[in-house]
Amino acid sequence: MTGWTSRQRHLLDFALSSLNRRLGKNLGLLAVYTLVVFVLASVMLFSHAIRSEARLVLSGTPEMLIQKLMAGRHDLIPAGHLDAIRSVRGVRSAEGRLWGYLFDPAAAANYTLMVPNDRTVQPGTAVIGSGVAAVRDTAIGDTLSFRAHDGHLVQFTVAATIDKDSALVSADLFLVSEADFRRLFGIPEGRFPDIVATVRNPREGRTVAEKIDAALPDTRIILRDEILRTYDSVFDWREGMLLVLLSGAIMAFAIFAWEKASGLSAEERREIGILKAVGWETSDVIRLKTMEGVVISLTAFLAGYVLAYLHVFHLGAPLFEPVLKGWAVLYPEFELTPFIDELQVATLFFFTVFPYTVATVVPIWRAATVDPDTVMR
Amino acid sequence: MMIRLTDVRKAFNQGRHNEFWALKGIDLQVAAGKVTVFRGPSGSGKTTLLTMVGALARPTSGRVHLEDRDISSMPERFLTEIRRSTFGFVFQNFNLIKGVSVLENVMIPAYPVGLPHAKLKARALELLDLLEMGGKAEAKAEWLSGGEAQRAAIARALINDPKVLIADEPTANLDSERSAQFLAIVERLKADGRTLLMTSHDPMVADAPVVDHVVTMRDGLVAETR
Repeated sequence: MTGWTSRQRHLLDFALSSLNRRLGKNLGLLAVYTLVVFVLASVMLFSHAIRSEARLVLSGTPEMLIQKLMAGRHDLIPAGHLDAIRSVRGVRSAEGRLWGYLFDPAAAANYTLMVPNDRTVQPGTAVIGSGVAAVRDTAIGDTLSFRAHDGHLVQFTVAATIDKDSALVSADLFLVSEADFRRLFGIPEGRFPDIVATVRNPREGRTVAEKIDAALPDTRIILRDEILRTYDSVFDWREGMLLVLLSGAIMAFAIFAWEKASGLSAEERREIGILKAVGWETSDVIRLKTMEGVVISLTAFLAGYVLAYLHVFHLGAPLFEPVLKGWAVLYPEFELTPFIDELQVATLFFFTVFPYTVATVVPIWRAATVDPDTVMR
Repeated sequence: MMIRLTDVRKAFNQGRHNEFWALKGIDLQVAAGKVTVFRGPSGSGKTTLLTMVGALARPTSGRVHLEDRDISSMPERFLTEIRRSTFGFVFQNFNLIKGVSVLENVMIPAYPVGLPHAKLKARALELLDLLEMGGKAEAKAEWLSGGEAQRAAIARALINDPKVLIADEPTANLDSERSAQFLAIVERLKADGRTLLMTSHDPMVADAPVVDHVVTMRDGLVAETR
């Protein structure tokens, strides 16, 4: 070991035994500090992960959504519009979608009914999401019946359930055949709730939308980017709400930490005098006290962050789930994919470790510049 | 190590209404390898003089020479280095750091030097053994009796192997038996070739055979040297 590393090791040893002297107080501080980092990191990790998840899910969806408007309200769109849209330059494809919501009085829950494009569902059967299966306690082969728009009962046999991995978007799904769908809601042939379209060049989405709007003045066009922005702002808003609620606790901790870190007792002053008298330089004293501060704040930061990671990605963030996920009867059950953003880690680090270390070092710096002969007086 | 003071003066609160001159012009030479005792009433300037000699503070005017080096106008960083390598201090209240072990207290002055940990620990234990404190190495500083605390402080003062040992009222908190024990240690250190400087009110110290020179001070001036 070189002289420099030996020196740092000695200082770290001494910093640890110094901390050990006020063990109870320091452990208390560490616990509160860890808790603050844990709460902040949980909120950040959760909302970041859920935003990334939403973005991932939406990245596979068509670029635009076309709805017909009637007196400013959403109306069924005629199939004839499909040809008009397909003939606009830049449009790659356009499909009518059959989807809607169905309230199930037995479960007091809303399901999303859809006719899938990518799979065929036989008439009289249904493929259901994990939330629907759970709330109706249903397995494959069971029968579910609903009252159609005209009061008649429509029966479905559960043909399959959807994998839990996609629960975020599929928990409340109820996939049926086109015939059953039209019968249930009374939607006539040649009409759809809306139309989805893809474009050849995604960067031209806005221009294509303007052309469609000009060709079909009775429609409104919603771009995927706009949906993404809406999701972002919804989650931003929720994260902000939670952070505002937490800010009181954070402020209280800041005051507590400042009080603990910046108050230099007579005993500590005396010790600094002794260290300087026996040959420590001012910089050695500052380095020692910085190490004490860094040991506390770095331990709290790492422990808090790891706990938050486990809380969010392994336990599903039970503490904040209801606020951050939304309000519904059918909560999707899923494990978030771990997303860690370096900038976010750096921000959290800067706002927790840095202020504490500064609060520790500033008063020490003033004390360390005291003349060493004070111990002789 | 020869120490020479030329017209050394020291003022506290200079320029303020409570200005006080603790030293008013000291000319003195301290012989290397000898034991010198400074005595005199409280406020005569003994301790202030030791802080000037030990590079703990700079004189307001005058010169302090360590061998050929003038240390009276050096910047703090160099003084720290000189203090660490040349002087060992035994303070009046011993000033051990509470809450940490005797062993760690002894090692503290050597931390900035950067010796390997094992080597430093071995040296600290050796010193404690020498002062019959080996059994107390792991004890906390505040558990020690007066005599033990003093021996721990002496071990701490010797950890960097200094040529000069400075002790401020070393026997003030000790009974006669412990004082005699201390003087025996002084004799051993002198035999090692170290220079010892002490302040003391205690006639037992000033009259001890091991002491070579006694400097009597009064009102910030040297009144008598023998």
